[in-house]
Formats: sequence, C-alpha cells, structure tokens
Amino acid sequence: MNEGSSALALVLSGDPALYAIVRLSLVVSLSAVGLAALVGLPLGGLIALTRFPGRAGVIVLLNAFMGLPPVVVGLAVFLLLSRSGPLGSWGLLFTPTAMVIAQAVLIMPIIAALTRQTVEDYWSEVRDELNAMGVGPLHRLMTLLYDARIALVTVLLAGFGRAAAEVGAVMIVGGNINGFTRVMTTAIALETSKGDLPLAMGLGLILMIIVFAINASAWALRLYAERRIG
Amino acid sequence: MRLLFSALTIACLTFGAQAQDKIITIASTTSTQDSGLFNHLLPAFKAKTGIDVKVIAQGTGQALDTARRGDADVVFVHAKSAEEKFLAEGFGVKRFDVMYNDFVLIGAAADPAGLKGSKDIVASLKTIQAKAAPFVSRGDKSGTHAAELALWKDAGLDPAAAKADWYKEIGQGMGAALNTSKAMGAYVLSDRGTWISFKGKDGLIIAVEGDTKLFNQYGVMLVNPAKHPHVKADLGQAFVDYVLSAEGQKVIADYKIEGQQLFFPNAGK
Repeated sequence: MNEGSSALALVLSGDPALYAIVRLSLVVSLSAVGLAALVGLPLGGLIALTRFPGRAGVIVLLNAFMGLPPVVVGLAVFLLLSRSGPLGSWGLLFTPTAMVIAQAVLIMPIIAALTRQTVEDYWSEVRDELNAMGVGPLHRLMTLLYDARIALVTVLLAGFGRAAAEVGAVMIVGGNINGFTRVMTTAIALETSKGDLPLAMGLGLILMIIVFAINASAWALRLYAERRIG
Repeated sequence: MRLLFSALTIACLTFGAQAQDKIITIASTTSTQDSGLFNHLLPAFKAKTGIDVKVIAQGTGQALDTARRGDADVVFVHAKSAEEKFLAEGFGVKRFDVMYNDFVLIGAAADPAGLKGSKDIVASLKTIQAKAAPFVSRGDKSGTHAAELALWKDAGLDPAAAKADWYKEIGQGMGAALNTSKAMGAYVLSDRGTWISFKGKDGLIIAVEGDTKLFNQYGVMLVNPAKHPHVKADLGQAFVDYVLSAEGQKVIADYKIEGQQLFFPNAGK
C-alpha cells in the first residue's frame, strides 16, 4: 500500500508542479477532443447520411484508424512540425500545441467512426419522418447530431480516454519538457525510468482518479438529461 | 461543447503567453536530466540572465539529431567523437568541455561474474563474456551506449554483432536500463550521476569503478545559426557562456546528492 499512501500524500501536499502537470494534461487532452470533435462529428454524421461510391471502403478505413498507434501518429506529426519538416517555420515542435495536434489526429478517427455508427442508428429510426418533412441535407445532419447528443457524449469520452491515456505521441512531439510539456503519462514514464516506482504509481493513480471523475460526471449529466427529456 | 471551447481558449492563451518569453531549447542527455543536474543549474541560470530553458532529454545520438534538424538551440551531451562529427558537418559553432564524471559498472548484488572490487573494466568485460553473465546494453546510440561499445572494442569483443543471448540491447534510457538490469540480475554500464540519484538501488551494487577508461566528458555546443537561421544564437550563447563561467562551473560543482558530488567542472582545462 506504499504506492497508494504516497499518491495520497502527493495530492494532499498541494505540490504546484504536480498541479501544473495535471492541468496541462487536462488542457491538452480536452483541447484535442474539442479539435477532433469539430472535424469528427460532422464527418461521421455526413458519412452516415450520404451514399457514395467507395463508402464502405471509407468506413472500413475510419474504423481501422481507430487503432492508430500513438507513436506512429507522434512520429508523423514530429516530421511535419520539425524545423526541417514542411511546417517547421511554425516553430510548434516541443510545444503543448503540437501535443494537441497529435492527440487530435489520434482520436479524430475514433470520434468520426463512432459518430457515424451512432447517427446511422438514429437515422434508421427517424428517416421516414424526416423524409416526409422534406428536410434538407445540412438541416438533417444538424438535427441528427442534436438528437444523438447524449449518445455522442459517450463518443467524446471515448476520445478523451484515448487522448489522456496515451504516452507515445506526446512524448515524441512534446519532448517531456519539465514545466512546459510534461503531462501525467510522460511524467509517469520518467519517474519509472528514474527508479522512483512509488511516485510513478502514485501519479498513475491520480491519472486514473481524474479519468474516473470525468467519466462519472459525464454519466451523471447523461442521467440528468435523459430524465429531463423523459 | 461550451466547455470544449473554453478549454480551447484557455489553451490558446496559455501557449500564446509562453511563446513571448525569452526561452531556449537545449537538447541534452537523459543522464543530465535523470541525475537532477538541470533542476539545480537552470534556476541559477534563469536568476542570472532571465532566460528560460526547455530541456529535451534524449540519448546523445538522438539529441544531436534533434539539433541537426534545427529543433534545438544548444546541445549538451557526452560522446566526444559523435560531437566532433556533428561539428565537422557544420551543425555546431564550437565545442567546449564543460564537466566530467565517470561510468561505473553496475551489477546484481549476487555478482554472478565475481567482479566486485575490480578496477579493470576491460578484464571485467572479458570475464562477463567468458561466464556468459547477463549484460544489459542501452542500445540507443546514447553517449553511455557509445562508451560501452568502445569498452567492448578495447576488450576485443563484439557481443552485439555476435548476438550473444546473455547480451540484451533494450533501446531505452539510463534509468530504464538500471531497472531492467535489476529485474534480470544483469550487469549494466551507467554514468555515476544517474546511479547516485537512482531511487531503486536495492539489490544492485557497483561492481567495477575507478578505471581511467571509465572517464565521461560532457561538452556543450551552440547550434550553428548558419545552418538553421531561427536558432536563438544570442540566448543560446548566453547559456554556453554561463556554464563555462566561473560561476556556472561552481554551480555544477555544488550539485550534490547525499553528500556526493555528481559532476566535476573542467571547462578550459
């Protein structure tokens, strides 16, 4: 129980460096979810509502990209943003912004693929109604995304979980810089390599508690909303 | 959604503010970071110059590659031949000796090859080979890895090429290599700084130390602005000047863990 008590002691100590790491983890992963949602939600909805040649291939590709390895995404974004890469002049490598980009790329397919599935399920329920009302395509997409909003919270949570848990991409594009790009997962990797296993385990417990708390609040929100909508 | 947008806004504000500051990026080694030297040195440097330093801690080979790509302003590493190659390619302005420490051969307390107390690293490696005792290699082109390969060469052996089954290349940092050797009861070459600050020493001992072949020199270089025009030459040079100054050298000498000095400044000697 040494690990548990050291984790507790860490939280209670109110160490500002620890809070900065926790805060950065949340800011980076939530921003990545936001960015990925801006693209993934409409994209998923669009694929659900349209029929075009090669659609099955696009869906399979999107589903396959749900399993993108974080290190591969990290490496690709690294090569893009490096000073010697095509976007090097932006000077974004080893910044939190680069980490947001990498995580957004990582989870966009997850959000798009799950949104596609969710919206398609809703679509089969209300298709006749919307068709009868003669609703245009854009309006249709908005209506369905709105109708599915509670289910889509779970989709966003899946994306957040993936982003908050990954270490490979943020390590490569962030560089694990103390006080600047160090997040929970890279801090855990560093403490493990320094042989401070109790501290690493403590940080891991804190990360799990945070992810749990966010999921619990989302679930509570969902219950509340379902009750109101009835 | 509103929450997401506010998170995005916060993110933009935070990152925007930090981009304005006087800040340089140093590509350095896991040994300087894991040993805690930077946590001691950088606040003193910031107090003196107002410059913030972002440290990317990688193996020496990777750190030099990071600088080659133009993703760092200064390199602070420990593999002289690799550094001189970097200079010859025109990526560095000039190389300066900063400090040294030494390597130690770490082993399991059971000491399966019976090396404890030896001061002869070359003979010890030959014994390890003869007894096929487990040995963990960094295998990551770091300065320590380069030093280890040079020592095997001195011993006239090449277990990496021979793919000996007692020789494990793990491709990870110093701390991870120490963790692995502990779990495997294997020998491993470590810089003394990382060893002293390593928190999981139980079950590990220093098997070999004190051989002059185990000397470990650190050097610092400004990345050449002629190759990468965005390099912050003035701020980077300020860091180089600082670590070479009497004051910076004293700060390095003053860094101790449990009363043991980790690095010995030798700039200009």
